[in-house]
Amino acid sequence: MDSSTLFSLRLSLQVAAVATVFVVIIGVFIAYLLARKEFKGKELLDMLFTLPLVLPPTVTGYYLIIIFGRNGYIGKLIYEWTGWTIMFTWYAAALASFVVALPLMIKTVRAAIESVDKTLINASYTLGHSEFDTALKVVLPLAKKGIIAGTVLSFARAIGEFGATLMIAGNIPGRTDTMPIAIYSLAAGGDWGKANEMVVILTVMSGVFLYMANKYSKRVI
Amino acid sequence: MSLMLKIGKKVNPVRSSRGALNHAFAKLFWHSSPRQAAGHSASNGVNGFSLDVSWEIGNELAVLFGYSGAGKSLTLQMIAGLMEPDSGIIRFNGEVFYNSSSSINLSPQKRSIGYVFQHLALFPHMTVKGNILYGAKGMDKNIRMQKCAELINEFGLKGLEDKLPSEISGGQKQRVAFARALIRRPKMLLLDEPFSALDAPLRIEMRNFLKDIRAEFNIPVALVTHDLIEAQTLADRLIIYSGGKIAQIGTFDDIICNPANEEVMRLVHT
Repeated sequence: MDSSTLFSLRLSLQVAAVATVFVVIIGVFIAYLLARKEFKGKELLDMLFTLPLVLPPTVTGYYLIIIFGRNGYIGKLIYEWTGWTIMFTWYAAALASFVVALPLMIKTVRAAIESVDKTLINASYTLGHSEFDTALKVVLPLAKKGIIAGTVLSFARAIGEFGATLMIAGNIPGRTDTMPIAIYSLAAGGDWGKANEMVVILTVMSGVFLYMANKYSKRVI
Repeated sequence: MSLMLKIGKKVNPVRSSRGALNHAFAKLFWHSSPRQAAGHSASNGVNGFSLDVSWEIGNELAVLFGYSGAGKSLTLQMIAGLMEPDSGIIRFNGEVFYNSSSSINLSPQKRSIGYVFQHLALFPHMTVKGNILYGAKGMDKNIRMQKCAELINEFGLKGLEDKLPSEISGGQKQRVAFARALIRRPKMLLLDEPFSALDAPLRIEMRNFLKDIRAEFNIPVALVTHDLIEAQTLADRLIIYSGGKIAQIGTFDDIICNPANEEVMRLVHT
C-alpha cells in the first residue's frame, strides 16, 4: 500500500469516525423525540431528516453548499466572523457524511425506542424517576441493539459517502480525497491497479460493517 | 369515551403504625378522544364507554372487582398519575394529587404510590437487586442498600440478587415486583391483577404473601381483580365495577347477602 492509499484510508476512517460520533449524539436525541413525543410538525421533521436517504447525494451536497458554502446562509456568517470556510476541507467531508448517515441512525433507533414496552416506562415513573432518568436507565439500554446497529450502519454509510462529499469537499489529493473519491480519480486516470486495491479494501470493510449491523439489528427492526 | 371517578363513600380511616391517617379520596371525570378510546381495553374499542365511579378507602385492602373492561385498571392508572382525567379530585391524607378546578396534577414521580403492574414490568436488563434498588430513588446510599438487603431476605429472594428477571420463577418475579414497589415505603399500593398469570397453588401463596405485606407496611392497598376467590380472601372492602360504574361497595359478606342488583348477584355468585 503506497502513501496516497494509506492517506485515503486514514482520511476515510477519520471522516467516518467524526461523522458517526455526531450522528450518534444527535441521531439518538432526534429519534427519542420522534418516538416518544407528540408535537406539531413531527412528521415534517421526520421527513426532512429522512430526505438525504432518498435524494441523490449530489442534491444533498448542493443544499450543503447553499447552507455552508462561503456565501451560504450559515457559511457566510462563519466566514465573516472567522475568515474560515468549511468548503474543501476534511470537515466538509465529515459534514456530508453526517448528513447522509443521520437518517439511517434515526430510523433504526426510532424503531428500537418505539418497541420498548410502555409499561416499563410507566413503572419507572411510578418509582420516582424523571423522564430523563428513565430515558437513560430504561429506554436507551433497552434500545441498545438498535443504537449499536444504527451506529454501525451510519459508519458504513459515512465511509462510503461520495456524491455529497465531492460537492462540498471537492477532490483535492492529499487533503480531501477519501477512498471513494480517490477510487473515482484513479479509475478516471486509468490507474486500475491502485483502484483495484482500494476497491477491495473498501468492499471488505463495508461488508464487515454490514455483517455487524445485521447481527445487532436482528431483534430490533 | 368518558370516565368519571368519584371516590366519595365515607369510611372510618384507620391510624397506621406510622401515626398518619391513611385515607385516599378521589373524584374524577375523563372524556377521551376516540383514538384514546380505541386504545383502551376498558372501552373494548367502542367509542362512548364511560367510567363514572365513586369510592374512598381507608387504611385497608380494597378490591376493585368486576369483569374485564369495566374500568378498574383505568382507575388505578389515574390514581397513579399515568393517565390524566378531564376533571375531578384525587387526594391522599389531605394532600391533593389531582384537582381539575385548581389545575393541580402531580406527576407520578411526586405521588409516591407503589404500583405493581399486571405483567409486573420488571426491567429485563437489570438484575433482581438492580430492579429493587431502582425503586429506592432519592434514598441515602447506605439506607438504600440496607433496605434492599432486608427486603431480599424477607421476601425469600436471597441467592437471586444477581439473576435477571428471565432467570427466575413466576413467584419470585412477583416478589421482586413487590419489593421494588415497597422499598421506598409508598403512601399507597396499587395492584393491577398481579397474580393473574400464576397457577392456582402459587396464587394462594401470593395471597398470603400480600396479606403479610399489608400487615407489615400498613398502607392502603387497592387491588384490581376479576377472580372471585381472590376478592373473597383478600378484600376488607369490595368495590364492584360494572360497565364503568360502581355497582356496589361493601364487605364481601354484605355484598353476598345483599347484592344491589342482578348483575352484582351474578358477579359474586359465579
